[in-house]
Amino acid sequence: MSKHVPPPLSIFSPVLLRSASMGALRKLDPRLLWRHPVMFLVEIGGFITSVNFLFALGGKHGDPAWFSGLVSLWLWLTVFFGNFAESLAEGRGKARAASMRKTRTEVQARRLSAPTADARTEVVLAEQLCKDDHILVEASELIAGDGEVVSGAALVNEAAVTGESAPVVRESGGDRSAVTGGTTVVSGTIVVRITANPGETFMDRMITMVEGAKRRKTPNEIALEVLLLALTVVFLLVVANLSPLSIYSAKVSGQGAPVSLTVLVALFVCLAPTTIAALLPAIGIAGMDRLFQKNVIALSGRAIEAAGDVSVLLLDKTGTITLGNREAVAFVPVGGHSEAELVEAALLASLADETPEGRSIVVLAKERFHRRLHSLPPGAEVVPFSAETRLSGSDIGDMRYRKGESDSIIAFVGRAGGTPPAGLDREVLSIAKNGGTPLVVCCNADILGVINLKDILKGGIQERFQQLRSMGIRTVMITGDNPHTAAAIAAEARVDDFLAQAKPEDKLRLIRENQQAGYMVAMTGDGTNDAPALAQADVAVAMNTGTQPAREAANIIDLDSNPTKLLDIVETGKQILMTRGNLTTFSISNDVAKYFAIIPAALISIYPQLDALNIMRLASPQSAILAAVIFNAVVIPLLIPLALKGTRYRPMSAEKMLVRSLLLYGLGGVVVPFVGIKVIDMLCAVFI
Amino acid sequence: MHYAELIQFVAFLGAILLLAKPFGLYMARIYEGESTALTPLLAPLEKGIYLFCRIDGAEMDWTRYAMALFILNGVMGASLFLLLLLQGGLPLNPNRVAGASWGMALNTAISFVTNTNWQSYAGETGVSYLTQMAGLAVHNFLSAASGMVVAIVLIRGLVRKNAHRLGNFWVDMTRTVLYILLPLSLVVALFLVSQGVLQNFGANKAVALLQPQTTSAGVIREQVIPMGPVASQEAIKELGTNGGGFFNANSAHPFENPTPLSNFVECLLILLIPASLTFTFGRLVRNPGQGRTLFYSMLFLLVVAAGVMYRAEIAGNPLVTKMGVVGPYLEGKEVRFGVGGSVLFGSLATATSCGAVNAMHDSLTPLGGLVPLVMMLLGEVVFGGVGVGLYTMLSFVVIAVFVAGLMIGRTPEYLGKKIEVREMWLAVGTVLTAGVLVLILVGAAVLLPSGLAGRANPGAHGLSEILYGFASAANNNGSAFAGLDATSLFYRLLTAAAILAGRYVPLLASLAMAGSLAAKKYSPPGLGTLPTDKVTFTLWLVVVIVIVGALTFFPALALGPVIEQLKMIS
Repeated sequence: MSKHVPPPLSIFSPVLLRSASMGALRKLDPRLLWRHPVMFLVEIGGFITSVNFLFALGGKHGDPAWFSGLVSLWLWLTVFFGNFAESLAEGRGKARAASMRKTRTEVQARRLSAPTADARTEVVLAEQLCKDDHILVEASELIAGDGEVVSGAALVNEAAVTGESAPVVRESGGDRSAVTGGTTVVSGTIVVRITANPGETFMDRMITMVEGAKRRKTPNEIALEVLLLALTVVFLLVVANLSPLSIYSAKVSGQGAPVSLTVLVALFVCLAPTTIAALLPAIGIAGMDRLFQKNVIALSGRAIEAAGDVSVLLLDKTGTITLGNREAVAFVPVGGHSEAELVEAALLASLADETPEGRSIVVLAKERFHRRLHSLPPGAEVVPFSAETRLSGSDIGDMRYRKGESDSIIAFVGRAGGTPPAGLDREVLSIAKNGGTPLVVCCNADILGVINLKDILKGGIQERFQQLRSMGIRTVMITGDNPHTAAAIAAEARVDDFLAQAKPEDKLRLIRENQQAGYMVAMTGDGTNDAPALAQADVAVAMNTGTQPAREAANIIDLDSNPTKLLDIVETGKQILMTRGNLTTFSISNDVAKYFAIIPAALISIYPQLDALNIMRLASPQSAILAAVIFNAVVIPLLIPLALKGTRYRPMSAEKMLVRSLLLYGLGGVVVPFVGIKVIDMLCAVFI
Repeated sequence: MHYAELIQFVAFLGAILLLAKPFGLYMARIYEGESTALTPLLAPLEKGIYLFCRIDGAEMDWTRYAMALFILNGVMGASLFLLLLLQGGLPLNPNRVAGASWGMALNTAISFVTNTNWQSYAGETGVSYLTQMAGLAVHNFLSAASGMVVAIVLIRGLVRKNAHRLGNFWVDMTRTVLYILLPLSLVVALFLVSQGVLQNFGANKAVALLQPQTTSAGVIREQVIPMGPVASQEAIKELGTNGGGFFNANSAHPFENPTPLSNFVECLLILLIPASLTFTFGRLVRNPGQGRTLFYSMLFLLVVAAGVMYRAEIAGNPLVTKMGVVGPYLEGKEVRFGVGGSVLFGSLATATSCGAVNAMHDSLTPLGGLVPLVMMLLGEVVFGGVGVGLYTMLSFVVIAVFVAGLMIGRTPEYLGKKIEVREMWLAVGTVLTAGVLVLILVGAAVLLPSGLAGRANPGAHGLSEILYGFASAANNNGSAFAGLDATSLFYRLLTAAAILAGRYVPLLASLAMAGSLAAKKYSPPGLGTLPTDKVTFTLWLVVVIVIVGALTFFPALALGPVIEQLKMIS
């Protein structure tokens, strides 16, 4: 499949790096930065040490100028790196949004005075179209806005949205009536009722989401920020407390000087969880971006994170578990009729039937029985499927060939004075029990046999469900089929449960029940009848081929219309949370080593015995403090790739995953800075 | 290690392991409103109380519950304040103790109503028997019960779904006092009397010294022996993790804690309710493993702390050893308890928020003194005060669950309840309040002359004394390093402020958390749920507690006990 999404730019691509650097500089503006309180405090620290540096240059006593200067330089760099990470994450989205905007040229539309194709038209700009306006669109014209086809049918090229170059049919009524602004009509004429006001169209929302412009922080992100902010306040107080304590200690020990402002600021910045605070915005934005690379548009960040918690997944059977169309696989004659008789009648009843099922009957007759008929004999009359009779077929002279559900055919035969032959029920039941759909064929009052229509499972679907199961997600198949057929398909596809003969209200009830039991429910659907259920589900994935109501009810749109995309969505949701948790643990664990670097260095002039705490044997107090500050700054850009790519997620037990993460990021977070600070100190010592 | 002391430690551990579970389950029955062996005896009394006080038992939401608690605490505090001011003219005052100054009365009223029992007075000379009994002892019961019911409400918040009502404050208080605190106190008081603890209303006795002492002030021929209703107050002092001694010397005094056996029993009493409450928790949430997680993480920290303290005290002071003094380091300790009995009591009384002492903590080795200090600075969660320890610990659990939950890719939840923004605010508020208070107040005290005046020692040890004092107050422990002179108005007002904020901010936050959790729906655990009853999480919880404490107090400790220790050994 061709994707309209250009291959993701490497995060090291010069274009992105340059624009991210510019963005990072712009974000130094305190009016923007205060939204990230931790980094804002670092900036204030950088400002204070810079002032100190200027005083030191002016010959005021205190720390040497080079020391204050270097500390402030690295504090500014710390803020810069944090901004850079965010800008870089946004950059990819922005680049993509720009390319999407380019495809959207200024469109004109023909507005209709009445919802019919022959009504009076006036030419207006797309942005003047409001909800419930009607427009006329003809071949090779762009559809000016999101809407619903109210009359006519057309082939529409939706590559601008889906990247799928093959045009799709859009027609009034049914599940294929939704059209998206920015797509092109290839052939046919349609009247479209506009369903979105300018600025609220699907394309608009998509661009906004991709750009990350309107990204709202998720509750979970805010909760983490609360924790980080609380820790930051405590560290601020720790540092504020160290100052009087050092004044006291210097006085009582009779030697040394109280800790200088520059060192206090350095200590604060090192202790504050700058690593995670700097990378936090990037993690969320990058997560959305990764989903977009998989052709999934999340309309809310909350939905992605909720996806990580999903414990029940409801899937519509048709088009999800099975290929959309059923195929005829066998002819089963009954009542002493031969197979040839049945095939003949089935063929006559199906030749004019353009549904995939009907065509598959013709194909089976041709392949297996070499019965070929290209068209009905002259004079034949086609009887299309109708909701009243629930039958279809053809009349050739007196011979009335019909096919349909068992009940309908029996009623039809009964009206003609016939009775169902013995054995019909048995065959019908046996087909249904094996997951097939029995289609009974008759001619006048005579029932000839049954066609076995089978659902064809999508390839590899069982493995996908197994994967979902290992993530702790229960899958429930929803189908309009009878319970026998549903059970057979459910068993074959290895879903955990099924809901047969489901009406929209049944779906809604099932979701509510699961939610009341405390489960997070995900639902994938595409039809208008799925819309209420989608609106109720915690994570609602709509297929892009779905109807407008379905897409509006959903919070995630899958452009590929591949229902097992939920696996990717769940994975991304988990990755976002894990990356946050891991970097938080890493960031806090780092503080241990930083304390051991800075505290002895800051206080050694007061109490020389504190050298015992200098377990890294750092060269000098100044090099120790610089090393800690530099490590604290440098670790941010080093972790940007991790923040953007996310921690790898593999399904395993929660306990095992926790042990792994704790060892890697907790223990690692304690050990790494000891090594890093020591190395940087050795480099610093060369110059100092 | 001496065998006798090893046996004492092992026996203590065995006893608490043996007692905590059955007693915890007993308390669970009390809070579930079920009947127990004591019901036939006490139920009529309970009913009588409800009838007399017109308690209808209707369940309250968290705000009404908090209101009731504040009203009771306010009235009790005010009455104690007045009692202290007016005690000089009231009956049951054979020793003619005068009314207290307003500063002392305020500090003491706040200290006892909050279960802190920080004492800025000497019991023998500062309070009458009436105040001891009707004031201090009554508060020992009610302040303990106030802490316990808040813990129970928080548990109910975790257990209940889509609910707002969390129990009736008056019923919970009545049942706590009637079925848990009173019966045990009664039995233990009688036992203590058997060991030699006083229980009378007599005036202090002056007795002639067998051997008159000559001092610079002249020859001393007689000694005053204090009297009073001690045993009745001693039992609840330990059981309710109150810690306010009848005498100034607290449990080091032979009339409060006469024998090694009474010492052992008092130690057991200090830990009994805080330890048992973890099992009550496990029972009430219908998941014993969750209770065990809390119990063992607390026990782990306690054993490590007691071990470090014991080692430091056995090793003694090299400067003293150099002078040729051999044997265990008994400076500031009672000979009848030895190093083992003193370390056991000292570590327990600071791990829980009891704060009673049977040795002078000011005289401990720097490292030995660091342990009680750290036990308090960790936020009183190593068992902690009755109820308080549990609800503070649950806030640590919320934080630990939040980070661990993220690390396994789930939006964090504890016992099926989602941890969101509101819970995070309340948890950090509960956990960090005391630390914030200590940092601010210590910083102020070392800069101000009136703060420095309270020190008994110059140098780093003086800083340790100030740090210990505010750590004790802000964490509602009440333990005294004994070096700090806390009778100045400066310390009386600042410690009172620390005590008030340190008590009621976390308490209110925990009640609010209970309300917030109760209103949530419950999500059943699945494959991807973080297991909070396994060893990994237990260790992680320990790490979170230690890291938060260490990061907050590393610099202060480095300039206090740590530098003292380094200087001593260098």
